Amino acid sequence: MTRETELVVKIPAKAVLSASTALGLVAALTACGSDEGSGGGDQTLTYWASNQGASVEEDKKVLKPALDRFTEETGIEVELEVIPWSELYNRILTAVSSGDGPDVLNIGNTWAASLQETGAFVPYEGADLEAVGGQGRFVETSFATGGAEGEAPTSVPLYGLSYALFYNPTMFEEAGIEEPPSTWEEFIDTANELTKDTDGDGEPDQYGFTMEAGSERQNSHFAHVLAQQYGGQLWNDGPNFTSQEVIDAVKMRVDMMAQENIVDTSNAEFSDGTQSIGDFVDGRAAMMMMQGSARTTLASRDFDNYEIAQIPMLDPLPGKPIQSHAAGINISVFNDTENKEGALQLVEHLTSPEEQVYLSQEFQTLPVATKAYDDEAMQTDSMQTFRTILTEHASPMPLIPEEGQMETVLGEQIAGLYSDAATGSEITEDDIRAAMEEAETQMDAAN
Amino acid sequence: MSTTEQPRSRAEEEAPKADSGRGSARKRRRPRSSFLPYGMVLPAAVMELLIHIIPMLLGIYIAFLSLTQLTIRNWTSAPFVGLENFIRGLDPSGSLGGALFESLFRTVLYTALVVGLSWALGMAAAVALNSRFRGRGVLRTLFLVPYALPVYVAAIIWAFMFNQRDGMINRLLVEDLGLLDDRPFWLIGGNSFWVLVIVSIWRLWPFAFLMLLAALQSIPADMYEAAAIDGASTWKRFTGITLPMVRSANAVVLLVMGLWTFNEFNIPYLLFGDTSPEAARLISPLIYEHSFVNWNFGLGAAMSVLLLIVLIIASAVYVRMVLPKGRGND
Repeated sequence: MTRETELVVKIPAKAVLSASTALGLVAALTACGSDEGSGGGDQTLTYWASNQGASVEEDKKVLKPALDRFTEETGIEVELEVIPWSELYNRILTAVSSGDGPDVLNIGNTWAASLQETGAFVPYEGADLEAVGGQGRFVETSFATGGAEGEAPTSVPLYGLSYALFYNPTMFEEAGIEEPPSTWEEFIDTANELTKDTDGDGEPDQYGFTMEAGSERQNSHFAHVLAQQYGGQLWNDGPNFTSQEVIDAVKMRVDMMAQENIVDTSNAEFSDGTQSIGDFVDGRAAMMMMQGSARTTLASRDFDNYEIAQIPMLDPLPGKPIQSHAAGINISVFNDTENKEGALQLVEHLTSPEEQVYLSQEFQTLPVATKAYDDEAMQTDSMQTFRTILTEHASPMPLIPEEGQMETVLGEQIAGLYSDAATGSEITEDDIRAAMEEAETQMDAAN
Repeated sequence: MSTTEQPRSRAEEEAPKADSGRGSARKRRRPRSSFLPYGMVLPAAVMELLIHIIPMLLGIYIAFLSLTQLTIRNWTSAPFVGLENFIRGLDPSGSLGGALFESLFRTVLYTALVVGLSWALGMAAAVALNSRFRGRGVLRTLFLVPYALPVYVAAIIWAFMFNQRDGMINRLLVEDLGLLDDRPFWLIGGNSFWVLVIVSIWRLWPFAFLMLLAALQSIPADMYEAAAIDGASTWKRFTGITLPMVRSANAVVLLVMGLWTFNEFNIPYLLFGDTSPEAARLISPLIYEHSFVNWNFGLGAAMSVLLLIVLIIASAVYVRMVLPKGRGND
């Protein structure tokens, strides 16, 4: 009887603990927590970095010289921990709830408004903003992602990213296509020409385009981009998913699989951010739309047969010329730091034009300091294309505390549409409206 | 009863001796020895309290709070919202409650299928391997492989195998056997539920096999011999001897497997990621989604409390009605 009695209690307890384990342990451990996370003295800072390169170890190698230079300049040692993306938000929330966190940390810039609301980070205003170089140092669109509009940002940009169109020039040449498409109409035509049955079995084995159709994030990002091109937006004092502009935006992209057949239906299973890159590298697709950091994955697969172009736009354009959300990684200082001055110095160092040139080359990101673009190393065509998209054609995802939840709920509904399309269902505008209504209902119910 | 009386009387006999001999030393030691059992249990009790009981109570408390990522910093002072999380999360006519109850019914169906089929497979294999034959040891070891493999490795391999375009299952069904014309999707859409059931059964049945095999070995061979002499068929021997003799083991095995399966989280998480397809969304992944994807800990905790209550009631009814009452120990 001991065994089953224990299970009756133990397993439901586990389920309950899914919401409380972290909190319970934090509560139990806070009292005896070490000072390891809060600096361990004036001359050592703890820094949690996000994983930008091919691996955590690779990132440590890249960051070490930059941090060594900081130590040389200031005499302050930095204890570095690189945290994989899958764990980062959990770790941050645990640190926020316990107050036992690092001095300085990276955050995904779409989390900025949510984390700002927790009050756990130092607001960059007045002398604190000047200490990290002042607002004028940063690329404007990236700086705008630092927190909710009208409030002092609690994060400043560290790595800039934007989506761009990656295409295979050899496939373009073989199909007699000279230029990458600049409008969606041209894009569909180009992708149709590049969708082929190359082995003669009656089924296409090369597609014009590949996407992470099962990725909630990517689905939401493109709903944001295309909705703005149509003249709408995802959030308007609340979820705005059922507006005609958002429905048109979702429909256009879903139709690439459901109607135009320029995307392999197997893409409905792609969700980890690397599978479509795999198809692009393997020659199964001629185009993909990814953020600049995809170049590290392409490099790790020894693939360089690609060119970069801007994301197509509607012609005529009823809305704004937006091609990407202002993607990237921001950097914050924890309120509980014992060495705020040193922490701000570290932020200043990492966002300085010199370090930005170094880091952007290593991580294939875009500098967030405008002066960094003057450097010779930044004068490549692809860098200029990414820069144009980020500085002229990017807007932040809605700067709201519910942003993360919105991406999940909306992206999941869109992924469901791809799933239906892939399994043979016809997707009508009414289906899309129903999915958007469901997403709105879920957002309303959860908040 | 005599066995329990003997030590007591021995102790009583020793007591006067102690008093007459090294009396004072014994007297000092006695209270220490009476504390000893409690002292030995204490660390386990404290850890149990810290690791299980306190977090469980905190979880129940959190169900009454508006605890989200925004209020987590001072989570002890998160707004108390009474039953609001329960009303929003458990109202069957609402969006969240509707999804929860849909998921609950799906989980019941999933549990019934997985436990029922795992038990049937486990019992069949245990009966087959209970008699002596050449290669029995090898088969017993092979049957236990799914249970011995780390679930993380196994589920990821299954996800590869069920991949629509490059997976081994579709290659077998479409190209090798020619049973299907088109490659079906397994990890999205309606088939995802059946994938979940198949992988869960594959994982669970060796446990039933192991437990039932142990139970079968306690049945005296004489009973089967006597039944065979009386002309009982194999099926008659199974229903007349095997099933009644392993009834106690069955009852426990079914309870344990039922609880494990109802709470299953690892397999759907590894097969489908953060959010399962709707057709395969079980209750534990749904609670995870609310708590750790949407960061609404209060809502997740309220749903967990519902799960806790359902399982406690189901387990209590099962324990009362099915489990043996312990007369064998008298």
